[in-house]
Amino acid sequence: MKSIKDLEAIRNKTLEDVNLRKDRKGTRVVVGMATCGIAAGARPVLLALMDEVQKRGLKDVTVAQTGCIGVCRLEPMVEVYTPGEEKVTYVSVTADMVPRIVTEHIVNGNPVMEYTIGAAENNTDKK
Amino acid sequence: METFRSHVMICGGTGCHSSGSGDLIKAFEEQIKGNGLDKEVKVVRTGCFGLCEVGPIVVIYPEGAFYSRVKAEDVKEIVEEHLLKGRIVKHLLYHDSINENSGDIKSLNEVNFYKKQKRIALKNCGIIDPENIDEYLAFDGYKALTKVLTEMTPEEVIKTVKDSGLRGRGGAGFPTGLKWDFCYKAKGDKKYVLCNADEGDPGAFMDRSVLEGDPLAVIEAMTIAGYAIGSDQGFIYVRAEYPIAVQRLQHAIKQAREYGLLGKNILETGFDFDLEVRLGAGAFVCGEETALMRSIEGKRGEPRPRPPFPANQGLFEKPTLLNNVETYANITQIILNGADWFSAIGTEKSKGTKVFALGGKINNTGLVEIPMGMTLREVLFDVGGGIPNGKKFKAAQTGGPSGGCIPTSKLDIPIDYDSLVSIGSMMGSGGLIVMDEDNCMVDIARFFMEFIVEESCGKCAPCRIGTKRMKEILDRIVAGKGVEGDIEKLEELGNMLKESALCGLGQTAPNPVLSTIRYFRDEYEAHIKDKRCPAGVCKGLMRYTIIADKCKSCGICAKNCPVSCISGEKKVPYVIDQDKCIKCGQCMEKCPFGAIELK
Repeated sequence: MKSIKDLEAIRNKTLEDVNLRKDRKGTRVVVGMATCGIAAGARPVLLALMDEVQKRGLKDVTVAQTGCIGVCRLEPMVEVYTPGEEKVTYVSVTADMVPRIVTEHIVNGNPVMEYTIGAAENNTDKK
Repeated sequence: METFRSHVMICGGTGCHSSGSGDLIKAFEEQIKGNGLDKEVKVVRTGCFGLCEVGPIVVIYPEGAFYSRVKAEDVKEIVEEHLLKGRIVKHLLYHDSINENSGDIKSLNEVNFYKKQKRIALKNCGIIDPENIDEYLAFDGYKALTKVLTEMTPEEVIKTVKDSGLRGRGGAGFPTGLKWDFCYKAKGDKKYVLCNADEGDPGAFMDRSVLEGDPLAVIEAMTIAGYAIGSDQGFIYVRAEYPIAVQRLQHAIKQAREYGLLGKNILETGFDFDLEVRLGAGAFVCGEETALMRSIEGKRGEPRPRPPFPANQGLFEKPTLLNNVETYANITQIILNGADWFSAIGTEKSKGTKVFALGGKINNTGLVEIPMGMTLREVLFDVGGGIPNGKKFKAAQTGGPSGGCIPTSKLDIPIDYDSLVSIGSMMGSGGLIVMDEDNCMVDIARFFMEFIVEESCGKCAPCRIGTKRMKEILDRIVAGKGVEGDIEKLEELGNMLKESALCGLGQTAPNPVLSTIRYFRDEYEAHIKDKRCPAGVCKGLMRYTIIADKCKSCGICAKNCPVSCISGEKKVPYVIDQDKCIKCGQCMEKCPFGAIELK
């Protein structure tokens, strides 16, 4: 038999799963998953993102995929949409970079500048 | 528990199920596995989304992409494009879910069909997996029962239901809180809580959809009712023709028992309540409360005179509370959001929302939930999408065989209990059948009367004999044998039946006839006086005739006539003997010169 506390625990646990059917609020993390993205290794990145979000129990974060973001040479690309803020685009993302993006950017609100498209373009310019 | 990044919601309601959603679930599971996505994407079978017209329906979250009329062949494309690569397959989306200007997809609430709806009873339908109690819990399930058992007295529960203004959704519209109060005050060592899921009106499927899509909402509400009136035993009376609903209901009861949400000492509060399902054999009269109770007792389902009312003497002669499925489906929301929240929706005397099953000549056949007070025009043309094939609206029928027809001139009346009664119809349980210019109102009235004659239990003479006589007159009229005075006779019989029948079935049975006479008397007169069916429906009034100028006297029609009613000889046009003609149309089909016409 379940007590009121047990019910609340089940409720919260299931909420993590069903939350994405409710109206979207909070942060949305989108991975470019067209042919170019998948070929460049977007799938492990997507899985790492889902893992990390789940590990930290982040409820208002949706991980989704999208088509080609456009800069195919910089795939895999990840875009983070936070309500009220400019979108941040990360490029050439690998699974290893995911924990930092989630911790520093999504949880603490500080984008990891060195991974962003801006940083990547500066590097290209210097070359 | 694992989390998935995407959920594929496939409608498992009866409508979509019969258009093949079962195969879709399999196809999705295979394709998802084949693409190695089974750890990322979850397939969920839900209850009815409401837009049965374009089923089977598949909605994919988090995008909220609304795919309609999905076929098994489409699944590969959806999985490979949408789920694997994240590109929504636009050509398979429901046409109205794409923003015409920007090409973006709209969220479900912006689609015309859903925009004006307000979902309370159908809140979870299409959103949760009805066979997973955890999902029900996550969408606020059992919060209402917890609140009731830990914070409220039975009197407070009853007061909340009373203050909300909720009225019975089975059709008659009796105030629900009052009913609960009568039962609470009735004296008895044992009391029962019943749920009427014997939905029998032709074309109505609201209750079925609630039971299929969100069975635990009904179970939780019945448990709350048990606490409020002091009962520890409930029964859900559901028709055996609803196999999916019955199976999900039984599954839900089992899960609730496993969680200790039914049975002894619920939520460790010392409150006991259990539920059983009773199957009805599909007799229409068993939707009447006293007949329903007889049937649960294992006796022949026949009504008995009231009083005593079931609140005092119902099932097994004990105080009994009976509510309809949709009524219960509102209860948890009223408890959680408060009486004021609920009574702010709707009109002065009709609070909240009403679920309607739209059917007949309407574009968006399906299930809609609208706030009370919306006009019929809005329901039919904004939500329902209007009449197909550019035809003209003629009438809408509410309340099934107990209700009446609403003509074009009354399209702007607000939908609430009292307005509908004032124009000779009734709210009914929620069947809404739309008719266009091609429907014959006399034929419709005859159809409903035929239904009643078959379903009358025969216990009281007015209903047993009266409905039969009315049907005979209607049969005569549609066969072209109506005589002057038939309309008046129908009215007299109808009014007498209303006054004298034993139960609601007989008392409301003349409504379809009386309301069509009221608004479409000219059609009746055309049938009787001119022997003409203006809509061209009644076969008995049709005549096949041979156009003398076009007839070449070949004799093919006579050879093909199954009753040999065509005669003639060479060089003289053939003639059809109208008395013998059975109107099969063979002659017209076979005539090589198009010389036979139907009028």
